[in-house]
Order: sequence, then C-alpha cells, then structure tokens
Amino acid sequence: MFDDLRDLYQEVIFDHNRNPRNFRVMDNADRKVEGFNPLCGDRLTLYLKMEGETIVDASFQGSGCAISTASVSLMTEIVKGKTDQEAQDLFKIFHEMTTGKDEQINLEAVGKLAVLAGVREYPARVKCATLAWHTLDAALKNEQNAVSTE
Amino acid sequence: MTNFPVEKIRADFPILAEKIRNKPLIYLDNAATCQKPKVVIDSIVHLYSHDYANVHRGVHTLSVRSTDKFEGARTKVKEFINASNEKEIIFVKGATEAINLIAQTYGKANIKAGDEILITAMEHHSNIVPWQMLCEQTGAVLKVAPINLQGELIFAEFEKLLSDKTRLVAVVHMSNALGTINPVKKIIASAHSKNIPVLLDGAQAIPHMKIDVQDLDCDFYVFSGHKLYAPAGVGILYGKRALLEAMPPYQGGGDMIRKVTFAETEYNALPYKFEAGTPSIADVVGLGAAIDYLNEIGMDALAAYEAELLAYATEQAKHIKGLRIIGEAAEKGAILSFVLDKIHPHDIGTMLDSLGIAIRAGHHCAMPVMVFYQVPATARASFAMYNTKQEIDSLMEGIRSLIEVFG
Repeated sequence: MFDDLRDLYQEVIFDHNRNPRNFRVMDNADRKVEGFNPLCGDRLTLYLKMEGETIVDASFQGSGCAISTASVSLMTEIVKGKTDQEAQDLFKIFHEMTTGKDEQINLEAVGKLAVLAGVREYPARVKCATLAWHTLDAALKNEQNAVSTE
Repeated sequence: MTNFPVEKIRADFPILAEKIRNKPLIYLDNAATCQKPKVVIDSIVHLYSHDYANVHRGVHTLSVRSTDKFEGARTKVKEFINASNEKEIIFVKGATEAINLIAQTYGKANIKAGDEILITAMEHHSNIVPWQMLCEQTGAVLKVAPINLQGELIFAEFEKLLSDKTRLVAVVHMSNALGTINPVKKIIASAHSKNIPVLLDGAQAIPHMKIDVQDLDCDFYVFSGHKLYAPAGVGILYGKRALLEAMPPYQGGGDMIRKVTFAETEYNALPYKFEAGTPSIADVVGLGAAIDYLNEIGMDALAAYEAELLAYATEQAKHIKGLRIIGEAAEKGAILSFVLDKIHPHDIGTMLDSLGIAIRAGHHCAMPVMVFYQVPATARASFAMYNTKQEIDSLMEGIRSLIEVFG
C-alpha cells in the first residue's frame, strides 16, 4: 500500500524507531544539548562523553517521529570513536545528502546513514532528519543553548 | 445518510479532481483552510476581467461597479450572520487581524493595569498572543479557564474566574484542535450579567453552522473568509455598533478619514473608520460569492450532513486499536484529532499523503492544548461539506495499514 514511500521509510528506519540505540540518560556526560523542532514538536537531549578531541560515547533521550528517532539513533552509533573534526565533516556530508541536489551520494562516506537519503524528496521532512545533527553540531561547539530547527 | 447533494457539490470544486501522488485527492485538512468552488474562483476572474477599479474613489464607471460589488458583499455578510447593520461589518485580513484590531483599539482604550482578560485553555494562538501583547503593554492580566479531559470548558471554573476586574471575555466558538463547540450563549449570558463584553473567535465555527450574532448577543464575532470557501486575504470583524463607534481607529491612511489637514484629522464613519488603505477587493467579492453559494445549499442542511460524517468517522476510529481520539466533547464540530500508539503524527501525515489523503499533523497553533494532553502533536482529519463516507473509509483503511507497516 505504501510502495511510494519505500525510499523514505526503509526497514532500517523502522528498526531504529522501534528499538532506538543509545537511548539513555548519560550521567557523566561532558556535553548535554537540547534539540527542538517546533514544527513537529520533536524534542531530543543529546549527551556526549569526550576524551580529548574524541567522542567516546553518545546517547540521547526524547520523542519524535520515526525519521528523527532513526536519525539520532544512527548518529549516536556512527559518531562513537570519531574526533570532533571527523564528526563535523560527516555532518557536512549528511547535510549535503539530505538537502543537496547532487544525484551522486558518497555512499562510502555516509555508510549506514544512506538510509536517510530519501528525505531529500520530502522537503517537509528534511528537518526531522537533520535535527540530530544540528544538535550534535551545537554540542561539539559546546553551545549551551537549546537548538531549534526554525 | 440524508439527501444532501454531496456529489453535485463535489463537482463544483475543481481541485477535488486533482490526483495526488497518482491517487484521487482526499482533502481532510479543512480546518486549516478549505477548497474553493468554481463560482468563487469565477467571481474573482470576472471582477478582474470586467469590473475592477479601486473602491470608494473615482466617479468613473468601473470604480462604481467595483464599489457596488464590494459593498454588496458587505450586505451579504451582514445577512449571513444576521447583524443589524452593514456598519457593524468591518473587512480585515482575517480572524487574526480582527482580534489584534480589537486588542489594540478596544483593549488599549478600556483595559488598564490590574484588569483581567479571560480566555479558555483551548484557544488558538491567535486568541492568546494578541492578549499577551496587550497585557505586556498595559499591565493587565490574562486569565485562562480550564478544560476537562473530554476537551470541554469547565463552566463552573469559568464563572469563578469572571471577577469584578474582568474587562473582556475572549472565547473560541469551536476549537480547531479539539472540535469542541463551546456553550457560547451561556458564556455570554454569564459575562453580560456582570457587564463584561464577549468576543467570539468564529474562525472554525463559521463554515459549520448558522451564525446569528443578534441571537448570540456577542459583542464581537470574528472569522476568516478562507475557512468559509472564500479566498484567503479577507476576514470579518463584527462588532456591536455602539462599541465600534466608541473605539479609536486601528490603522491610519486613506479611506478611513473624512478630512485631513496637517493640524488634525477627522475620522470617517463606520465601517470605513477601520478600513485604512485599498482593501483586498477581489477577495471580498469572492467572499460574497461564497456566501451566495452556501445560502443555496443551506447552512442547516450542511450542518446536519457534517454531523453524520463526524459521527461515522468517530465510530470507525473507535474500532482501531491503538488510536486515541483527542477531544471528545459532547458538542463537537466536524474535526477528528487523534494520536496512534508509538507512531508520530508526522509519520501518519506523510504516510497518508502517499495515499492522496491530506490531513494536518502538528500542534495546530494550539501548543497549550498539546501540553494539556501530554502529546507533542496530533493528527487531525477535519471535514467539510464535500467530504464523503467513502473518503472516511479510505482514511481508516490508510490508518490501519500504516499501523501494520510500523509494527
């Protein structure tokens, strides 16, 4: 019935929505930032544990749609072990993948995140996918203020 | 179902023939804005093709024709809501502008520090924020009458909040987020017994029921054209003549003056005092055409048909496991707000869109209502006179399927 949506709602997204990874409060977090999407009411709190420049742990709490939940769940998995700079580079590539016009997606660079490429066809849903990354960006820059996608 | 001529009506709305994602459009977002019948679209084309010039200005033929159509629409509005005089009908941009106008003219002239404005917990942001702004400017206090879990105003609490400091009651007639129809006659009687004027926000109510402002005895009634099958860009502020006469003007400019010198300005009479600048002439004419169209159908027949649609949709929705209806007032208009277990409203919205079904997902400009029900957002199907039971069946089938897909 929902054949048209296969590119947007891939099985991996349903899986992460049902069982979000790293879905927990981190008591000893070095960074804690709130992200909010006023349009949908998606809210998340992102926690990071740093060792020097390296993200050694990432977790989150919050509620949102399947796209935003899967996006933040996948993100917390992929940034673990990455340096601040590597994570920011990944954000750029992710941003390009979800909002850009470029037909070619650098699958090697985005890895598992490629399942979210479908949102580019749904302008109303792009912010659902990028909220996690804007929140991460703020956390890496050590900004204390809540992030809003508006 | 009754003999309501829904198929004939559907044929009057060109957009209902659209295909969305290769499927026939099922438009269930009428509370946000509703679609336009061909007579309304044609009235605009006709005006611009044959009769258009500025209104209340020149002596030339087109200006006279344009003015006649424009003022003719005012008479139609007056009759549609049974106001006693055309002077009580002010053209504004929409319900939002009408409320802001009242806050900044009537409010500033009559509401002072320590005074109270009473609203309800189910208001749209447009009947919250203008009052907060006024309170900030004057030092007045905004009071909020609570609602119960069914989404009904708790009338006893409302009455308790009517104090000797209350200067205005501003209440939604029908809630856009819950569908609740407020007991406005009781509210007005209660407020009037303490000499407190009442503003009704009729943005949602106006397309669903016959409105008689004299019978209601409300002091102000506001609504938008675009929810009444008319173009966006025009709305109505109805006010009792004595109140409007006593209010200072809103914006300054052309048309709202009688005489201007650099020393002083004499303001024009009602309704022009509140209509500065060239109005949205074609939209006003379109509103007149929409009212003619609705009068032909009959608001009572329309209301009876929509009540059947809502009863059917509610019954069907109750059979879906994991679906929770938000807003179950005994008196309710044709709005079905709901949430699904573990499925976010935005996912519901996208999935239904892929089936050609347009619903609203979000906070419906009523964030305090979402907080009350402890949901981030709801999905909302809102019905109009051109919707059918078959469309509701498709909606329910879509919901069942997406629940299955989400597992």
